[in-house]
Amino acid sequence: MSAPLTRAEVEAIAALAQLELSEVELDLFARQLADILTYVDQLKEVDTSGVPPTISVSADHDGDRPDEVRPSLDRRAALENAPEAAQEAGLFKVPRVL
Amino acid sequence: MEVCRDVLAAIEDTQPRLGAFITLTADHALARAAEIDQHREVWSDRPLLGVPVALKDNLCTKGISTTAASRILASFRAPYDATAVARLEAAGAVIVGKANCDEFAMGSSNENSAYGPARNPWATDRIPGGSSGGSAVAVAADLVPLALGSDTGGSVRLPAALCGVLGLKPTYGRVSRFGLLAYASSLDQIGPLARTAADAALALGVIAGHDPADATSSMRPVPDYLSALTGDVRGLRVGVPSMLARDATAAGLDPEIWGAFSGALETLRAEGAVLVEVELPTSSVAIPAYYIIAMAEASSNLARYDGVRYGFRAPGDARDDLQSMYRRSRTLGFGAEVKRRIMLGTYVLSAGYYDAYYLKAQQVRTLIRRDYDQAFQAADVVAMPTSPTPAFKIGERVDDPLQMYLADVFTVSANMAGLPAVSVPCGFTEGGLPIGLQLIGRAFDEATLLRAADAYERRTPWAAARPAA
Repeated sequence: MSAPLTRAEVEAIAALAQLELSEVELDLFARQLADILTYVDQLKEVDTSGVPPTISVSADHDGDRPDEVRPSLDRRAALENAPEAAQEAGLFKVPRVL
Repeated sequence: MEVCRDVLAAIEDTQPRLGAFITLTADHALARAAEIDQHREVWSDRPLLGVPVALKDNLCTKGISTTAASRILASFRAPYDATAVARLEAAGAVIVGKANCDEFAMGSSNENSAYGPARNPWATDRIPGGSSGGSAVAVAADLVPLALGSDTGGSVRLPAALCGVLGLKPTYGRVSRFGLLAYASSLDQIGPLARTAADAALALGVIAGHDPADATSSMRPVPDYLSALTGDVRGLRVGVPSMLARDATAAGLDPEIWGAFSGALETLRAEGAVLVEVELPTSSVAIPAYYIIAMAEASSNLARYDGVRYGFRAPGDARDDLQSMYRRSRTLGFGAEVKRRIMLGTYVLSAGYYDAYYLKAQQVRTLIRRDYDQAFQAADVVAMPTSPTPAFKIGERVDDPLQMYLADVFTVSANMAGLPAVSVPCGFTEGGLPIGLQLIGRAFDEATLLRAADAYERRTPWAAARPAA
């Protein structure tokens, strides 16, 4: 499960996570992530056959709220924290996609 | 108003030495204090009227900077208040500042803050614990009587223990998480840090309760926690994990921590509590299971920081496309520990590894819950130390993330099982560093935890001890 990670593997994980790593970070993370993965491998020793996974620890689910239209954050406020926005048009601005 | 001015002055005065805060909310606080002075009589029934409060900086505050100690949110001003924050203010509390913490609550030492570390008031060359380090420092240094933190794997209890104050992680679902910047949504809970169990009881009563904005918040009525503080622990069954009852060194426990823990159990017994041994066999693998779940959820939760709707966007040029903007913004905006956790979380959720890591960890989580179900047949609370060691030196573990994770060895299982847990001061090392006793309770039984913590506090000098100014 956790042979040491190669730099290529670390780069692939970073790409999935939308991160770019420097040369130094690649080496450092390859080592640190491998250490951590080796450590968590001890879970393999635990017999979990037939044990259901815990997805939530919510003690009780009291039902969903009524499906009613309610006021929500107004558009101006929602755009106020955007690094770039066209307030009048009500749009977030991003670099070209294609 | 005068109290508020004094508090703000004290914070400014200690900030260079302790680094407890990221943002001081002086204008906001003074305006609130003036408003309270004017309405003092009509508002006299508000339980926290005029009480200065510090908030961990991952709690949203309308119009006030909320950074989560990250560069990526350096200029973020939340458009709404977290529910817990709104409830504190409605109860009359005055928010004096946003407390330092580890970036996105990821850390056990408060060293992962983009705004510099917070320092332990008992020894300023040492960490205060994390991730709610600034909240604990603010209470321990007598800057505020009450602070809120968040606890995903020990982040309220650990700094409370290392700074000599009380910290409570409520049951999952007891306090609304609306407006808490999400780290690991199935584990996160907001909790109070205070000097006494009575103050924490008061605060919990204010912030607890159902919130339509958080579907995981419970509808159960909120009891009067203050009235539970009878000072009486006669007959209370205190479970001691057998590994701690027999061989403390096996748990990697510092001998001084072991001594203080044993002494605390003795005190509870002398007051009429009954000590019983309990088995928690799965606790030995709680840390690896916890980190897999927390990192997986973090990688998903932090995908929202993409430089589009809020937060930092890396400057680019006309040739830039959307994806390179995402990548550079995240790369420059996040610190190293956040990147590590996002990457590990991405890895364990990726095709081919999901069953071996994430599913396995969720199965282990079920076993941890079963351990506690079993333990609570014989015991009303389970006792263990909060931290395996006292506060370590700043810088000591920064190059070894795995070593850092082990600080959470006694705290993560309460989050994994969704149970409430409290850390209460139970002594000092010879070097004068605080030690914490942790009590874990049944779901929604915060009242029993607070009763035991309060009774213990009344018989011991630890909660009253303050660091030299």
